[in-house]
Amino acid sequence: MGLRRKDLLGLQDLTREEIDLILDTAESMREIIDRPVKKVPTLRGKVIVNLFYEPSTRTRNSFELAAKYLSADVQSVAVAQSSVQKGETLLDTARNLEVMGADLVIMRHSEGGAPHFLARRLRAGVVNAGDGIHEHPTQGLLDLFTIRRRKGRLSGLKVAIVGDILHSRVARSNIWGLLKYGSEVWVAGPATLLPPGLEALGVHVTHDLDEALDGADVVNVLRIQLERQQKGLFPSVHEYARFWGITPQRLAACKEDVLVLHPGPMNRGVEITSEVADSHRAAILEQVTGGVAVRMAVLYLLLGGGGTGE
Amino acid sequence: MSKLLLKGGRLLDPRAGVDRVADVLITDTVIAAIGEDLTDPAARVVDCRGLVVTPGFIDLHVHLREPGEEWKEDIASGTRAAARGGFVAVCAVPNTRPVIDNAALVRFVVEKAAREAAVKVWPYGAVTKGQKGEELAELGEMAAAGAVGFTDDGHPIERAEVMRLALLYARQFGRPVLDHAEDRSLSQDGAMHYGRFSTLAGLRGYDPLAEEVHVARDVLLAEATGGHVHIMHVSTARSVEIIRQAKARGVRVTAEVTPHHLALTDEDVAGSGYDTNFKMNPPLRSAEDREALIAGLADGTIDCVATDHAPHHRDDKEVEFGLAKNGVVGLETAVGVVLDALVRTGRLSLERMILAMSTRPAEVLGLRPPSLRVGAEADVTVLDLEKRWIVRAEDMVSRSRNSPFLGRELVGAPAATVVSGRLVMEGGRLVGW
Ligand SMILES: [Zn+2]
Repeated sequence: MGLRRKDLLGLQDLTREEIDLILDTAESMREIIDRPVKKVPTLRGKVIVNLFYEPSTRTRNSFELAAKYLSADVQSVAVAQSSVQKGETLLDTARNLEVMGADLVIMRHSEGGAPHFLARRLRAGVVNAGDGIHEHPTQGLLDLFTIRRRKGRLSGLKVAIVGDILHSRVARSNIWGLLKYGSEVWVAGPATLLPPGLEALGVHVTHDLDEALDGADVVNVLRIQLERQQKGLFPSVHEYARFWGITPQRLAACKEDVLVLHPGPMNRGVEITSEVADSHRAAILEQVTGGVAVRMAVLYLLLGGGGTGE
Repeated sequence: MSKLLLKGGRLLDPRAGVDRVADVLITDTVIAAIGEDLTDPAARVVDCRGLVVTPGFIDLHVHLREPGEEWKEDIASGTRAAARGGFVAVCAVPNTRPVIDNAALVRFVVEKAAREAAVKVWPYGAVTKGQKGEELAELGEMAAAGAVGFTDDGHPIERAEVMRLALLYARQFGRPVLDHAEDRSLSQDGAMHYGRFSTLAGLRGYDPLAEEVHVARDVLLAEATGGHVHIMHVSTARSVEIIRQAKARGVRVTAEVTPHHLALTDEDVAGSGYDTNFKMNPPLRSAEDREALIAGLADGTIDCVATDHAPHHRDDKEVEFGLAKNGVVGLETAVGVVLDALVRTGRLSLERMILAMSTRPAEVLGLRPPSLRVGAEADVTVLDLEKRWIVRAEDMVSRSRNSPFLGRELVGAPAATVVSGRLVMEGGRLVGW
């Protein structure tokens, strides 16, 4: 069986059953990555287009490897940031992709809802690889995958998401996913970097990092964009590190076996110290491997595992 | 001599204390007689039985896009949309290309409208040269050429000192300064209302404080100068409260609200699937804000309903939500939306609606309001409170169709529009062309 949808746009609209299916499938994909010959013919003849309006080497490489391991043809279309504002419109791009015969489009865009726009206009499937400050569903799924592997479950956990929640699509996808499993989600960060209304979803919001970390099973450390400082959203990197940086001392409040996640790339010494990042508690490299497995699962379920219809 | 006989309608003019079933005989441009069983064999008869006959509706806030962006709208198409929507007059904001910031351009609009418009067009002039917010435009010259007020709409007047001078100076000519209240350092190019739903949709939030801080400033400047400030498209609860308190102190402040802010909320934006027809400035606000707007309109804190009719071509809307142009059309849906969302539900009396869409808009501009009195100029709107209809793009006569109400069923519609004694719309269809 596959996913009964053509697109993966966010974790908000996925059911728990669908997420289970993706994570279970990712487990078998993970085995392929461990083989000496990492190639199965599953998606042979399928054409996947990488449409990245924002540079992201990590995510793009992860999707490309996932597609290649499944024998799909991948075409990367780098779109200059400026062409979002002028030149070919997304509507034109959609029409071109339609006639080029793409089976699946992986899209990264700086505007929330851009993949939804594309998905409505294409017969091909669309995978959201990050849209503005909205969602980054495959990152959310790989975080869930990593947590499930380490903790054996996704429910009944206390998960603290720390940092710039306001601009984080990773945080939003994580929140949706974890809430569906009944885990307790805490977000902590400077007041200037917290969005409104998360309480209404059942998320605990605090400006006190220690409260968020107290008894936490998982700490998801977000990458801080240093340019936010220029916009005055926090006064200095030094101050950020002092109040929000994840250090071994800070982690003492968490459960003994706390799991530390970070979507990368890290600002070592700012949001996370090297001692934490390189410790056995962190699963940052596992996340990268899990990312490929999860993306293989998503591509497979959208393209190969049936259910590519409506 | 042209004659028009509106037969058997309920005449409702709250300002004049008129509420009776009667006939209205219009001769040329004026109301010649009001009474029972009027007849005139020379008159064209409009059957108004079961309908409400009111003073003509006026829209204080319309983007006609001429000169400069005629593919979106022009004076001819925009005023036809107004006629279809039940309006006898529209006020044209000056953020055209070029900006209407001098007497010659004001005259251009007046003269073009005299030749081509289906309804009356009352132009505004810009407050500052080029709407740059720096130097005052020639307000006196423009007033003499027919400008009924001044606004930099499309842009807020950012510098407080410029606003202070504008209020002081415009006061000499008895004209209001109409301001788009937005502190851009707070709105930050937000794509929708800052709140729970912007967090969910992952769209940049537009803080209601951006409006409120600016409204508070404008009110203080009006109070200090004795000038008349009109706050355009008020959208938040705290703005309403600031205006309410200022009015109680006697500040010369008036305000308008749009039908879309009265009928829709940020939850509708989140539920629209990034439909850019739900993107406007100010954005659709929270349910609590909407309640406060309705209450403010009902108690007279907000004087008028104005559409902020903002036509945009498809190309400007068929894009990513955050990149789409702000604005929605409103002339053809305003009456239906207000009747359906507010009057039918008992949130707003019909009398108050008529005041807000006919009488007060004229009064805000210092003009004699339309009225159902013998001898008055025959500007009349006829309403059908029972008409059930669906908003459809293909029925619109505006050049643009960027409406958040497309596909929505409404109960209540304009049934006829009479402009200076001329029947321009009947039964939803334009007549006389
Ligand atoms: Zn405006």
